[in-house]
Amino acid sequence: MSRPAIPESVCILGAGPIRIGQACEFDYSGVQGVKALREEGCRVVLVNSNPATVMTDARLAHRSYVEPLILSSVTAVLERERPNALIPTLGGQTALNLAVELEETGVLERLGIQLLGASVRSIRLAEDREEFRQAMTEAGLPVLPATTVTSVEEGIRALETIGLPVILRPSFTLGGWGGGTAHDRPSFEELLRHGLEASPTNQVLVETSVLGWKEFELEVMRDSAGAFVVVCSIENFDPMGVHTGDSITVAPAQTLTDREYQVLRDAARGVLDAVGVATGGANVQFAVNPADGRYAIIEMNPRVSRSSALASKATGFPIARIAAKVALGRRLDEISNDITGTTPASFEPALDYVVVKIPRFAFEKFPGAEPVLGTAMKAVGEVAAMGRSFEEALLKAIRSLEIDRDSLDAPPDLAAADDDGLAARLAIASPERLWELAEVGPWNVSWRSPPSIRGFCDGLRDWWRPRPCSGNPGSISRPAPPPNDSVSPTVSWRGCSRPVPRPNGSGDSISSCAGSAEGSTPAPPSSRPGRRISTAASAIATNSRRRAARS
Amino acid sequence: MLPYADGMTNTRYLPRQFNSPRPAHLVLTDGTVFFGFAAGASSTIDGEVVFNTSMTGYQEMLTDPSYHGQILCLTTSHVGQVGINALDAESDRVWARALVVQDLDLEPSSWRSEEDTSDWLARIGVAVGWGFDVRAIVRHIRTAGAVPGVLATDGTAVDALVERARAARGTDGCDLAREVACGEAYAWDRGPWRSPSHPETDESGDDRPPVAVIDFGVKRSILRRLVAEGLRVRVLPPSVTAREVLADGHTGVVLSNGPGDPAAVAGAQDLIDGLIGKVPILGICLGCQLLGLTLGGRTVKLPYGHHGGNHPVRELASSRVLVTSQNHNYAVEESSLPREVEVTHINLTDGTLEGLALPRAGVEAVQFHPEAAPGPNDAVGLFTRFAERCRGTRS
Repeated sequence: MSRPAIPESVCILGAGPIRIGQACEFDYSGVQGVKALREEGCRVVLVNSNPATVMTDARLAHRSYVEPLILSSVTAVLERERPNALIPTLGGQTALNLAVELEETGVLERLGIQLLGASVRSIRLAEDREEFRQAMTEAGLPVLPATTVTSVEEGIRALETIGLPVILRPSFTLGGWGGGTAHDRPSFEELLRHGLEASPTNQVLVETSVLGWKEFELEVMRDSAGAFVVVCSIENFDPMGVHTGDSITVAPAQTLTDREYQVLRDAARGVLDAVGVATGGANVQFAVNPADGRYAIIEMNPRVSRSSALASKATGFPIARIAAKVALGRRLDEISNDITGTTPASFEPALDYVVVKIPRFAFEKFPGAEPVLGTAMKAVGEVAAMGRSFEEALLKAIRSLEIDRDSLDAPPDLAAADDDGLAARLAIASPERLWELAEVGPWNVSWRSPPSIRGFCDGLRDWWRPRPCSGNPGSISRPAPPPNDSVSPTVSWRGCSRPVPRPNGSGDSISSCAGSAEGSTPAPPSSRPGRRISTAASAIATNSRRRAARS
Repeated sequence: MLPYADGMTNTRYLPRQFNSPRPAHLVLTDGTVFFGFAAGASSTIDGEVVFNTSMTGYQEMLTDPSYHGQILCLTTSHVGQVGINALDAESDRVWARALVVQDLDLEPSSWRSEEDTSDWLARIGVAVGWGFDVRAIVRHIRTAGAVPGVLATDGTAVDALVERARAARGTDGCDLAREVACGEAYAWDRGPWRSPSHPETDESGDDRPPVAVIDFGVKRSILRRLVAEGLRVRVLPPSVTAREVLADGHTGVVLSNGPGDPAAVAGAQDLIDGLIGKVPILGICLGCQLLGLTLGGRTVKLPYGHHGGNHPVRELASSRVLVTSQNHNYAVEESSLPREVEVTHINLTDGTLEGLALPRAGVEAVQFHPEAAPGPNDAVGLFTRFAERCRGTRS
């Protein structure tokens, strides 16, 4: 088969400074991208304003420019280096927005530079929420009722048809910045004003709130020949209403039947078609009603994202590396999967373990910020851990947070709270929600209750000692004290194990194919007795930036 | 009681099956022993040990007649978390002899669930081994090949199991299709589950082109897909003759999936021989292997088969890559086929044959499962093409 012409010289845009909503995951993807392009024999030119990144190490790209990621300086670099192509999909929304500017001001055309990996149309469509909604509706894909407004007056009119509560989503902002959920009229007006200011185009989407729906993400990849694979499905422990970056997430998705999962898979492909993503990685987010399975498409990112970094680590499928290669025109079936060495990249990863990501917050460093989670991201980092079960992965991740907690045992202030106090605390999503939930007893949460966390609560329930609970079984009530005080009321890391069978000793590598081909990446999902490994070695502490980017 | 590592587990308050768990053992014919815990029925079961790497769809797999005679090991971390519902069943019973999983969840977390998985398995009497190191089993099968084995959930001594495992036989030379197929013909008129707003369609009408499905162990999803394409579906037992199929005015014939060794399915080749060239034919999985044999080819047993929902296949005519659902231990040998048989699909992982066609006779067959369930819907277009051929709107 004919090989596509590989461009001689390619420019990659970085993501710039590290901030909330845009962190080292783009350094990780940038490094992978540069390496992949070098493998293909390209001369790589890199622009990133952040010198404290691995991708700007002198040995990586052929030329690295530490220059502001603004039109004038990037134009100057492009004029000087004259690359054949530009890949903007590895540097987050910053790089995508810059690519749109470069295209619209005619710089790319003037210098004869080809935009690879994403078209300006698909970038605009994915970010402009109104256009995105229209494209989805035309393609017959479900979206939530919403209206884009450009002024407070318009917003108030829109509210009459949509009704409270609503979610406000400013266009073209990072990490949902400037948005939020409004439950009453005054907070709606205040949030809307704030959002209109935050959006560079002064547009805010006023959307029906589906608080409590389950949230799923699919990390997908497509090549120029139309091959489409789902790299990883991710289920959010936190329901809709909490930003994905602030959510505890679980891969692979756990609470979908195969038929439901395939509906989402087909829809993800439909979204890519409708947005016009011809090649590369993308991330599609869905809301699913836990009571009846109705679903809606929330958004899609036509680029490598925070979730892609997690999906890459979780599955061993290097999304950024492969995205860079398919952007050059390579096909998925001719790129080999580095993990197995024997299967092509068109082989969808199959996991026989669970990965749990927990965001890390640092509210103590931001005195003005309220420790309340909403649609704007507040986490400063994250940890991910692998386990043979959800429970194992969750507990490993908790340990890796380095917040002096080993388990789901309640911290003292929580243990001292009474029923009403707990109920009040649980009503607000905070970084403590996992422990609050543990304290009320997950066996008191049903899938009919608003949070969509029931599946995981079931897992937690298995893991803990179930205790008889007092009060109305339909409501959240505190369990009665344990009948025997000599028995620890909750379990700690070492004591919380289920009966553990004698290991046959296989859990020693990440495998993209559930062990059905030989794997080689030494990141052990197992923590069984006899083969216990340190949690530090298996957890991926992405808040340790350089380590994450180098691996 | 089993010894627990470090004496770390207090089982006193553990629910049901965790409370004084019963041990379970899986012993392979080569003497390898795997340890776990027992749930479901209490018995000693032998069968061919196979694994499936799909991350969803345990109910579909358990009820798939292709798993008849097999001990099914699922590699996914959790099984049972979405419960059991009537629509996802691929037949009216569980065909896998036994189930081996890493973890069996107690309570479902799905609005579609009608029954807890562990209750259901216990009620219908399926032996389950949980807490097994399934990756170790997969690795063993990968190197040693699909092997017969014995699962004991009733506390049978390991020594006795090793004896029994040595005598256990695989599926080579077994005509299992006859054991799972329907005894009498029946009509099927229910369409696929699409989404909550379109749960299941009930289609009937006499103006639809009638097609016959020869049941070697058919999955209901195949029937549902055919109904969705606007065909009138009649399922026939494998003992039917070509003359009877043609006499009923069927405009097309589907050769279904099914269990076991294709070379051992009695009478199938005569039946297929009588149909080739008379009506459009679609073969799926076992149906594809039977077509390959009838057309003069040979089937071989793969080292450990293809069992999962993630196998990339190239459709040679369009050069498209399809991610497919697969479940087969045998494959048609490409080199054994006569020249006039076209190879239409190739597995991108190991290059084995995944589809064949005899264009002059309107014969098309695929080794994978275009009806998915569980797995991606990438290849459902095959049913559309078949329906067009049945209507005569496509050659």
